[in-house]
Amino acid sequence: MIHFQSEQAMIDFGEKLAGLLFPGSILTLEGELGAGKTTFTKGIGKGLGIKKVINSPTFTIVKVYQGKLPLYHFDAYRLEGQDEELGFEEMFEDEGVCVIEWPIYIQDILPSEKLEIQILKNEDESRSMILKPHGEKYEKIVKELGLC
Amino acid sequence: MSLILAIESSCDEMSIAILKDKRELLCNVVASQIDTHRLFGGVVPEIASRMHVECVSTVLKTALQQANINMADIDAIAVTKGPGLVGSLHVGMQAAKTLALAYHKPLIGVHHIAGHIYANELVEDIKYPCLCLVVSGGHSELVYMKSEFSFEVIGQTLDDAIGEAYDKVGRVLHLPYPGGPVIDKMAAEGKHAYHLPLPLNDDSYNFSFSGLKSAVINLCHNASQRGEDIVPSDLACSFQEVALEVLVSKTIKAAKDYNVNEIIVAGGVSANKGLRQKLSQESPIKVLFPPMSYCTDNAAMIASAGRIMYEHQRFSPLDLSVKPSYDLEEESVDE
Repeated sequence: MIHFQSEQAMIDFGEKLAGLLFPGSILTLEGELGAGKTTFTKGIGKGLGIKKVINSPTFTIVKVYQGKLPLYHFDAYRLEGQDEELGFEEMFEDEGVCVIEWPIYIQDILPSEKLEIQILKNEDESRSMILKPHGEKYEKIVKELGLC
Repeated sequence: MSLILAIESSCDEMSIAILKDKRELLCNVVASQIDTHRLFGGVVPEIASRMHVECVSTVLKTALQQANINMADIDAIAVTKGPGLVGSLHVGMQAAKTLALAYHKPLIGVHHIAGHIYANELVEDIKYPCLCLVVSGGHSELVYMKSEFSFEVIGQTLDDAIGEAYDKVGRVLHLPYPGGPVIDKMAAEGKHAYHLPLPLNDDSYNFSFSGLKSAVINLCHNASQRGEDIVPSDLACSFQEVALEVLVSKTIKAAKDYNVNEIIVAGGVSANKGLRQKLSQESPIKVLFPPMSYCTDNAAMIASAGRIMYEHQRFSPLDLSVKPSYDLEEESVDE
């Protein structure tokens, strides 16, 4: 578990993590409303060299940004309880980085290999993060971050 | 002279409109607002790409009947190309391309936000230069328009859109979705009793609503831990006043800085009564709001923007594709 005292510290960590990602990376982000999922994604975008403002994808479900690798920023919240073909698999298989907020609502279509990230909001407004790698490539990333 | 058929399906509504010249709207059929039971014999689901497929033909037929127009008389087919839900956008796009190909009509891909902005021109001519406040579930932007169909985004939300903040606060207050209109109504009955921080109260034209949303969540959380009750209408009022304060003050500041002739408001949140009242009252510059019926997604606004693109001969190739995000500034017509 990692602790962040400030928003900036979490952005910096996202930036560092982005440097270790590869084409086709899948990251899932869990955390309650206001935990900082989009804030953390800003850090990943920064690490990917994206200049545009990364803001909430809730409305369109996915936003795409061009960086060193394309970033697909998903928010599956609005997909609760529906099982339509939305063409997301194409994006998961693409040579980009997929960051998926509220992955629980599309867990059936998510690849089995991925990096699960959980953001916890503490009483004192600081944040904690748990990284759970699934698959060798993601285990390697967590190792390189010095987290295990 | 022009006769534009427009299709809008970026979200959960399928709409087709036919516009003659600048503002003679011959029809504006919106699928989720007509009697779905009568027309489709079923319920229209929330996210409706599949239902869009099923209803697009019916909506088209109804539109042509209401307008009393044959496809042969149409000058161009305008369609929303994005931003929006890809699955939903695809349905409108396929229908538009099919019509364009079958009837040999030019295709015009319209940016959804350009549509929202030009909903205003269905009522009266926009006077340039103007400043447009775009507020919806997916957008909170200040767009400077020095001339017709010229877009410069001078400010935007750094995190949540205003409509999204309303809906998320609605979720915290256990209000039915979408929370926006309900909070607007509750706010009118409440008082500003809770202290909430003014979000991103700086010199930029950017917005930030994520912190305000978090402040509301924290306030509710702390109250429940102390065993206190929150007065929902007072919280709605406090939230709305703080959110509108920053929206209105930054809009007026930008309008003064850019020395515009008028301020126009666009997007679903332009239906918010609190916003209409506050901005009209406080702005020293004329403010134009779209009619309530054109605030939410509809094809009339796409036809209105499409009409201007038709005049500028801004046609799209038949391999035009939909995208969840399109850059508004790139839609500008050259000087």
